[in-house]
Amino acid sequence: MSILKVTDMTVNYGVIQAVKGISFEVEQGEIVALIGANGAGKTTTLHTVTGMIPAKSGSIQFYGTDITKVPAHRIVSMGLAHVPEGRRVFAQLTVLENLKMGAYTRKDKDGIEKSLEEIYKRFPRLEERKSQLAGTLSGGEQQMLAMGRALMSKPKMIVMDEPSMGLSPLYVSEIFKIIQDINESGTTVLLVEQNAKKALSIANKAYVLETGNIVLSGDAKELMNDDSVKKAYLSE
Amino acid sequence: MLTSIMEQLINGLRTGSIYALIALGYTMVYGIAKMINFAHGDIIMVGAYTLYIGIALLHLPVLPAMLLTAVVCSVLGMLIEKIAYKPLRKAPPLAVLITAIGMSYFLQSVALLIFSSTPIPFKSVIEVEGIQVGTVNISGITIVTLAVTTVIMVGLTLFINRTKAGSAMRAVSEDRGAAELMGINVNRTISMTFAIGSALAAVAGILYICQYQSLRPTLGALPGIKAFVAAVLGGIGSVPGAMLGGIMLGLIESLSKAYISTELADAIVFGVLVVVLLVRPSGLLGKKKLVKV
Repeated sequence: MSILKVTDMTVNYGVIQAVKGISFEVEQGEIVALIGANGAGKTTTLHTVTGMIPAKSGSIQFYGTDITKVPAHRIVSMGLAHVPEGRRVFAQLTVLENLKMGAYTRKDKDGIEKSLEEIYKRFPRLEERKSQLAGTLSGGEQQMLAMGRALMSKPKMIVMDEPSMGLSPLYVSEIFKIIQDINESGTTVLLVEQNAKKALSIANKAYVLETGNIVLSGDAKELMNDDSVKKAYLSE
Repeated sequence: MLTSIMEQLINGLRTGSIYALIALGYTMVYGIAKMINFAHGDIIMVGAYTLYIGIALLHLPVLPAMLLTAVVCSVLGMLIEKIAYKPLRKAPPLAVLITAIGMSYFLQSVALLIFSSTPIPFKSVIEVEGIQVGTVNISGITIVTLAVTTVIMVGLTLFINRTKAGSAMRAVSEDRGAAELMGINVNRTISMTFAIGSALAAVAGILYICQYQSLRPTLGALPGIKAFVAAVLGGIGSVPGAMLGGIMLGLIESLSKAYISTELADAIVFGVLVVVLLVRPSGLLGKKKLVKV
């Protein structure tokens, strides 16, 4: 069943059309990758899906509900969490406060405690540093915090924007392993990455964006062997 | 001599804590909405007139009149935000600044139309006996002012640092977009901040008018600008900074008036601001801009 269905979505940034009528679907339990060069419209697409910027036309459906015009602050309680580009943890808040902000819309105290334990189990380093200000964490730790924060909302689906950006190679591998783990524990993932090789290696399905259009889509493993993809995005 | 210094220090603490209350409004609004609400000082004036209406015209008892003052100011603060500032959320800062100055003149003009420019005498509603500590006299209004502002500052600090709504305010202040992704309603948070800031201005207005006992449509301008200086001195956006800045300003002003010159007191106050900003451009407790990685 496809849980996210984007149809003919166009998005304008001022006078520039950043996304030019794209359609894509994400099915329950999948990891779907959106790959493409800088400025292809990947981040804009994610921002529009989670209500941060309005779509000019087209529709976005999440579990059958039209969310095209739903404001960002109401999206997360519908089960769709967003790990933003550049992590954007609250630097002046502690690690624990950041995680609790992730559960802002939840009312079940016991459930929140349980989620917190699960996240500490997944990211032991966050527990070690729970009373530290988030701004003092390393880039990789901040990425883990941003993911943990999104997981605190107990999302059905999580969108991640460039989670490996600016991280050391060691952390990059770890982050991709974590994404797979999160997916295996039942959360659907929509992933935007410039590291196309890594993204395709963990994804089920992928869409290739070029200047606001989807130019290619299909099974991730097949795309990895596609000559044009190889040439444009996988060159070493 | 010692007695006189003590009395001046206590006077300074009193005025300073009123400045601090007002400065908190400036700094919280700046932190959340990233704008200087120049109409904030005039909320003090509205508060003072509301108290006057409640007591002298509606003959309310003191506490309900004070409550009415706080409610009127909070609602007014939220209304101003909604009508004048919210439509400019994405406008350049200069447009917002001009609007805020315009709003300040608007409030003063409305007060002028209703109450005219003739000062209205107002008898203090705070009737607490003064006390004498050794040779130092402390007036009732001073005691009340210090007690009220201490309670408010402690309460506000706990609210901001310990509650969910307080954390949400800090999150919005740091990164509006990321806060929205957490499910925080940014508009409501901004509205709440204006309400809290204006309620603090109402309290300041009550304390101020009980001290100065004369109502004029421009009465909020001077404490408003002084408190703004205090907020900048302490580091705009920083809550402890506003408290520190307000109290320092009050002390400097009071000591300069007593021992240097009444005429020069304001010049000295602003001189201190200039020096502090030269040494620490972000104010005493202001946050340095974080470098984005």
